[in-house]
Amino acid sequence: MAIQTEVLVLPARSPSRLASLRRSDFPLIPALILCAIALVAIFANVLAPHNPEIGSLTARFRPPFWQAGGSTKYLLGTDQLGRDVLSRLIFGARISMVVGLTAVMFAGVLGTTLGIISGYLGGWVDQVIMRITDTWLALPALMFAIFLAAIAGPSLWNIVLILGITYWTRYARVIRGEVLSLKEREFVRLAIVAGCSKWTIMLRHILPNVINTAIVLGTLELGVVIIAEASLSFLGVGVPPPEPAWGLMLSDGKQGLMVGRWWLTVFPGCCIMLMVLSANLLGDWLRVKLDPQLRQL
Amino acid sequence: MKRYIGRRIGYCLLSLFLLSVTIFFFVRVTGDPATLLVEPGASQADLDAIRHQFGLDQPLLVQYGIFMASLAHGDLGQSFYYRTPVLDLYLSRLPNSIYLAVVAMALSLVIGIPSGVLASVRVGRFWDNFGKLFTLLGLSLPSFWVGLVLILVFSVYLGWLPSSGAGTPLHLIMPAFALGWYFAAAHMRLTRSSMLEVLGSEYVKLARLKGLPQSLVIAKHAFKNALIPVLTLAGINLVIMVNVATVVEVVFAWPGIGRLLYEGVTFRDFPVVQGVVLMGGAMIVIVNMVVDILYAVIDPRIRLGS
Repeated sequence: MAIQTEVLVLPARSPSRLASLRRSDFPLIPALILCAIALVAIFANVLAPHNPEIGSLTARFRPPFWQAGGSTKYLLGTDQLGRDVLSRLIFGARISMVVGLTAVMFAGVLGTTLGIISGYLGGWVDQVIMRITDTWLALPALMFAIFLAAIAGPSLWNIVLILGITYWTRYARVIRGEVLSLKEREFVRLAIVAGCSKWTIMLRHILPNVINTAIVLGTLELGVVIIAEASLSFLGVGVPPPEPAWGLMLSDGKQGLMVGRWWLTVFPGCCIMLMVLSANLLGDWLRVKLDPQLRQL
Repeated sequence: MKRYIGRRIGYCLLSLFLLSVTIFFFVRVTGDPATLLVEPGASQADLDAIRHQFGLDQPLLVQYGIFMASLAHGDLGQSFYYRTPVLDLYLSRLPNSIYLAVVAMALSLVIGIPSGVLASVRVGRFWDNFGKLFTLLGLSLPSFWVGLVLILVFSVYLGWLPSSGAGTPLHLIMPAFALGWYFAAAHMRLTRSSMLEVLGSEYVKLARLKGLPQSLVIAKHAFKNALIPVLTLAGINLVIMVNVATVVEVVFAWPGIGRLLYEGVTFRDFPVVQGVVLMGGAMIVIVNMVVDILYAVIDPRIRLGS
């Protein structure tokens, strides 16, 4: 007797990219938020309804539009010089993005280079670089950044440099560790036998293998750097006024706090929080995804 | 053991040396320190006088010698703004910073340890998820913004707490929380992972096999052992807290060393800035050394391993 089997016809499902991303616990919302902030930063000129640096003194301290006294002309209100808060937030995204990304990249290049050299060459070079790294790690980072900013004077590119030379240590430490194990591997030994110079090996064989780790560290560092920039600007040694940096806006808003001008404090802070939170969530996910060794960090 | 301690002290001295070189070097590389040492608007003659007085017309090596010699005498220079020695200023502000750090630390432990334990025994449940959110926010929110929002809610709208200054215990609540949240998050994370590690160990399994009630296993066998790394971290963090409270102290006008640093930056009072950073760096280098040595005394694997 033949066994009758029912044939199940499954509907052909086209696996949508989005759905598969959602299943793989990809932090979709944080990634979207970061993309949105990046787009806002790029198209700030188009999006901002007003000039972020020029206000009208007749329109000072206007509250957001839904409060009494507010108008839709200034959606999120105005500050002590009558400048539009929304426009300043939009241009502030540009500063945070530019400072955050360039400082992280600068720190990454510095730390990765030193980490590779230290790990691969070993010996006294390793000793010197690692002692310097230890000393740097011992310094309270923000205090050191304030010190550097105080002597260098406030400017956007000074801040990038200062944050870079304050936060490179983590890259150097982690990457050195990776290089120590990489240099015992076959392909590196073969390259030595084949007569490659030390610099060629470091550049062509070691570097491509530690790039992933550097990217993960960079994402995790982004949040730290953005908070540091905001703190420096808040203390008056970061981005100089009248540039619309979020930290600077908080510092200006502090004066109006006691009379209840909450919008000058709450909005810039929320922007910083959204950006840092998203960067941290994305960094955590990348860490687990790209580099299982880093899960313990 | 003696060799290990000797080496640690050697590293510590080396770090202190590098710290002094770094600070010395950066001041001179980024511009003429004479312009930092005179008050703004000084004449050329004043500048030359200052250069001569502080030996800035000497070779760099001699300058470094003078710099170190005065440091060795505990001389951090004279504040322009307050017209008193920097060391006296620093020491007068230090107790306030320590006071704030101790209260913030106590707060962070009171929040961090119980919630960490709770999260570890309820993995994946409500408390664990709540703890994760608390940690994430604590590590992502800038402490000065937390401070500003606290002022807005508790001083401006509710009128319960004073917004700035020092004096009564009430003045401490908001700055201690703003400073302590980040550390509470760090302590919670470590308590959770440390508890999970201990809960999976053989002796906890044995305690369970003996039939001890869950509460006793957690409180007596697991918790005590899981606490060791947390308390070590807390010890180091306390010293870090004293030195990183700058923004929180500025928000709440708390008269500690962080605010002194800020005043130094604002008034371009350079000797103060340099003094505070040197003292902060030295403090942390020394504490790290002490912790390393104590660890080696307690755990022979560390000193024999190296």
